[in-house]
Amino acid sequence: MARLTLTDIRKSYGGTEVLRGIDLTVADGEFLSLVGASGCGKSTLLRIISGLESPDAGKIALDGRDVGSATPKERGVAMVFQDYALYPHMSVAQNMAMPLIMARLPMYARLPGARWLTPNHRGTRSGVAAQVERVARQLRIDHLLDRRPAQLSGGQRQRVALGRALVRDPSLFLMDEPLSNLDAKLRVEVRREIVELHRASGLTFVYVTHDQTEAMTMSDRVALLRDGRLLQVAAPGTLYADPASVEVARFVGTPEISLLPAVAEPGGLRIGTVLAPCAHGLTSGRDVIVGLRPEALAPVGMPALQSPGGRGPRLRLELAVEAVEDLGAEVVIHARLRDFPDLAVRMRSQKTLERTGPVPLPDHLTAEAPLSALLMFDAEGQRLRDPAPVQMAGAQ
Amino acid sequence: MTDMTAIAPARIRLARISPGRVLGFVILALGAWVVVFPYIWMISSSLKPTDEVYDADFTIWPRTFAGVQNYWDVLVGQPYPTFLLNSLIVCGGILAAQLVTAIPAAYALAKLRFRGQTILLGTVVACLTIPINVTSIPLYLGVVKAGLLDTYLSMMLPFLVSVFAIFLFRQFFRAYPDSIIQAARVDGFSEIEIVLRLIVPAAVPAVAAFSVFSFVAHWNDLYWPLIVVQSQEKMTASLSMMQYRSEFDINYGRTFAAATVVTIPMLIVFLFARRAFIRGITMSGVKG
Repeated sequence: MARLTLTDIRKSYGGTEVLRGIDLTVADGEFLSLVGASGCGKSTLLRIISGLESPDAGKIALDGRDVGSATPKERGVAMVFQDYALYPHMSVAQNMAMPLIMARLPMYARLPGARWLTPNHRGTRSGVAAQVERVARQLRIDHLLDRRPAQLSGGQRQRVALGRALVRDPSLFLMDEPLSNLDAKLRVEVRREIVELHRASGLTFVYVTHDQTEAMTMSDRVALLRDGRLLQVAAPGTLYADPASVEVARFVGTPEISLLPAVAEPGGLRIGTVLAPCAHGLTSGRDVIVGLRPEALAPVGMPALQSPGGRGPRLRLELAVEAVEDLGAEVVIHARLRDFPDLAVRMRSQKTLERTGPVPLPDHLTAEAPLSALLMFDAEGQRLRDPAPVQMAGAQ
Repeated sequence: MTDMTAIAPARIRLARISPGRVLGFVILALGAWVVVFPYIWMISSSLKPTDEVYDADFTIWPRTFAGVQNYWDVLVGQPYPTFLLNSLIVCGGILAAQLVTAIPAAYALAKLRFRGQTILLGTVVACLTIPINVTSIPLYLGVVKAGLLDTYLSMMLPFLVSVFAIFLFRQFFRAYPDSIIQAARVDGFSEIEIVLRLIVPAAVPAVAAFSVFSFVAHWNDLYWPLIVVQSQEKMTASLSMMQYRSEFDINYGRTFAAATVVTIPMLIVFLFARRAFIRGITMSGVKG
């Protein structure tokens, strides 16, 4: 168990700055995801936390103790790799026993054949075997202990990798995209198992992924990285409802948030030809970006789809439908503003319970969003909170 | 298009006996003959008395059969088992030292990051181009000064570090997944243990191939033993062939019999380790 504190971590590779000053604290027992597109520096950051690489500058502390120059073994971290990184010529049991053997036996007792020459360590060895057995049973891989990694399926290998990391009560549990080599169905399953593992072990988890769904569904908090900087660190719900910037808003949520350029006017915000009658406190003529989550918009006058929720003043958009994705319980509609075809809008509507069949959609429809659902950003993409156009639910 | 597809099968059948293929077979057969002929000549000559070896009128089967005499002289008339043992000691010692030095060096060059790495690797590659003949005189002088002439150590000395092995293993190790090495570091392996427990077991094919290669090369080596060996007790098998040479004449029949006897162990090794042989030769080609 450990609290991890990173202070101003920097790292460059041959002139390319990969990490540009990362400050981050992970609480004891927290599940934190590092999310970002490939090349954003998240894996490098994880390797720096693990001790496999050292930062050019900055401090790493575990429970307040500086571990900047400690080896991975000294830090007591465990790590799960994307390709599982199992030792190919060892059995599952040997794979899982390795970290314990390395930690508990002295060098001379680990030499090949030393098993028979060092009877004084027999107790340690049987302790290791028992511990491996216990973790294997917990992960439901105890029937695979004699197999080689090559004889296992992807999901089984992943469990062995988890087991190898779990056997020795690590201070920190680090995972580098552990699910990306699994098929979609298995991924959901193992995802739940990892969450369960986190809950049961109470360990501090740092989880690297490029998949926002994984990050959102598993973590206590999500740290969004881009170009070596942290964009926002917040709970999944906060990240979605209260993004700090356009980049965060775009990264989180599928389908993607609709971003509409708008101009501040005395009576509200003008989006294309439509005026959203909201108070904004901005100087007239200022360019802003209005963000609309797909579920904030709902079609008007379509009994098959649930009508827009919320009360109060609304933004009303006339849309030309471009494409419809019927997902069974809901439909995703890709559309453009009728009078302003440059602006694309995505909306997601639940079907009403009594109408779950196919929903015929007209080419043109009217959609409404409560003004309270509008997210406002400045022209550079930073969130405009103050003066807030409306009260945000769950802000900060 | 339809015409083409209709013609195609006929063209393939034609291609089987095309002049090009016949020419190919002829060239290959000639090549095979060029490779095999020296062996036939060696075996044939080993059955002849010396004057018949010189005979311009070559016959495969000797007119005067001297095989029994020649082979008796080689196998019984001299301490042949000693020569074999010497060869084994020298080749085994060289191989062991080469593996011990080359594997860690290759791992460092393949997987570790350190200052001067590129220059070191360049040096290794550059060393591949230096033939032993260039260094043999200084090496010989060193051996003489150290009083090591006619010892096993002097016979092994120039070959204890093989740049070829370093390069070969480095190419092989580079393909080993980094994540497994990182996992091992997280699990607490030392670098030496990473090499011994993970890299070497994965590199068994490369090690086997190189071992065969090195063993054969030093078994057949005549040049260096000829320089540093002075007594019959330290003679290697291949060097023992040279005994039938005096300043006045050479007993070619016996020399060829000795050559045959020296070659046979390697032929047997080749039959059993053919796969490793071929791997060793193909792997030494540029890869990656």
